Amino acid sequence: MDNALLRFLQYLGNQVTRRIWRLGFASRFFLAIFLQSGTAFRRLNLTLREIYFTGVLSLIIILVSGLFVGMVLGLQGYDTLQRYGSTEALGILVALSLVRELGPVVAALLFASRAGSAITAEIGLMKATEQLSAMEMMAVDPIARVVAPRFWGGVVSMPLLAALFSAMGIFGGYLVGVQLIGVDEGSFWSQMQASVDFRQDILNGVIKSFVFGIIVSWVAVFEGYDADPTAEGVSGATTRTVVTSSLAILAADFILTAFMFRGA
Amino acid sequence: MSRTTIDIWVGFFVAIGLASLLFLALKVGNLASASSGETYTLQARFDNIGGLKVRAPVKSAGVVVGRVSGISFDPVNYVALVTMQVEAQYKFPIDTFATINTSGLLGEQYVGFEVGGDENMLKSGDTIKKTQSAVVLEKLISQFMFNKAAEDGATTATKK
Repeated sequence: MDNALLRFLQYLGNQVTRRIWRLGFASRFFLAIFLQSGTAFRRLNLTLREIYFTGVLSLIIILVSGLFVGMVLGLQGYDTLQRYGSTEALGILVALSLVRELGPVVAALLFASRAGSAITAEIGLMKATEQLSAMEMMAVDPIARVVAPRFWGGVVSMPLLAALFSAMGIFGGYLVGVQLIGVDEGSFWSQMQASVDFRQDILNGVIKSFVFGIIVSWVAVFEGYDADPTAEGVSGATTRTVVTSSLAILAADFILTAFMFRGA
Repeated sequence: MSRTTIDIWVGFFVAIGLASLLFLALKVGNLASASSGETYTLQARFDNIGGLKVRAPVKSAGVVVGRVSGISFDPVNYVALVTMQVEAQYKFPIDTFATINTSGLLGEQYVGFEVGGDENMLKSGDTIKKTQSAVVLEKLISQFMFNKAAEDGATTATKK
């Protein structure tokens, strides 16, 4: 009985220590990326290649989901607004919910599962097949050569993808609201323009997606770099990337929203 | 895939990303309509501002001529102090009448300027003297109900 309790406590302590150790390592790793990112900017082709893999190849999923999210917003928003006879406000509803919240958050969640997991798997497999060690043997810093370009590629791609998601979603809302249901086109756009503020809404959305880009890229490269160099380890790291970055995105979104939109 | 092809795709991606940002800024947001020009500050005191918000439009004859930039409480006179930024190209006479109106029954509230006839114009930092508070719908309804009840009470009393 005592033994079981002891083992439980040991397990608990081990878990907590391991988490804290990993957090510390992740923070040091984050700093190291910044210190080593000179190569990523000097040899821009490395970073461009990563923007291609994380950004360009995520275009389809981002655009299609943005369109559908916007179309659903249009349908649901119309359904609720027409009860109050204010269907002209559909443009405001669609634009504000996309630009402030759904654009950055959903695009970041998609980005984490589409690109973040791929980055983790790639770096993890490089570690498992000892390519990273081989680089170190050749006096090439793997953080500068492999990690930093992937990190910056993700950070650059994320705000652009979020903006595309929002724009596509507003287009989807326009398609359903104006073309399909028949909300007045003029009031759809003009009410939207009257209530969406550039600094308050759009710029804050861009800042959000930038922060999410840092979070997702950081988690992805760290999990890959820290993965156990086995097949199991890589698969576990990939799963952890998606889970951790999704939770971190949602938590960070709450904090950022609390700072940005306190209902002034 | 050769390097040049990647460059084209990345360029395309960055271009449409920036284009969508531009779309958000100009078509969705108010960057295009937001006047980048000069503004001057006017103030007005209202007994009750209702649901007026910062950034609400200031309209004259229905045209947006400025924005509400600040709302504060005047602890001396117990009234609301509304600060507005009005576009410099529009000058208003000193006896302009500021009212708080609602666009539609449930619409947003805005400050309306009814232009007076004075030859002296309001300068930056001036306070508009003549104001009319927001119409509080609940008060109107309750007044109407009280009147109605009083009338009914009177008629039943005379019948007896």
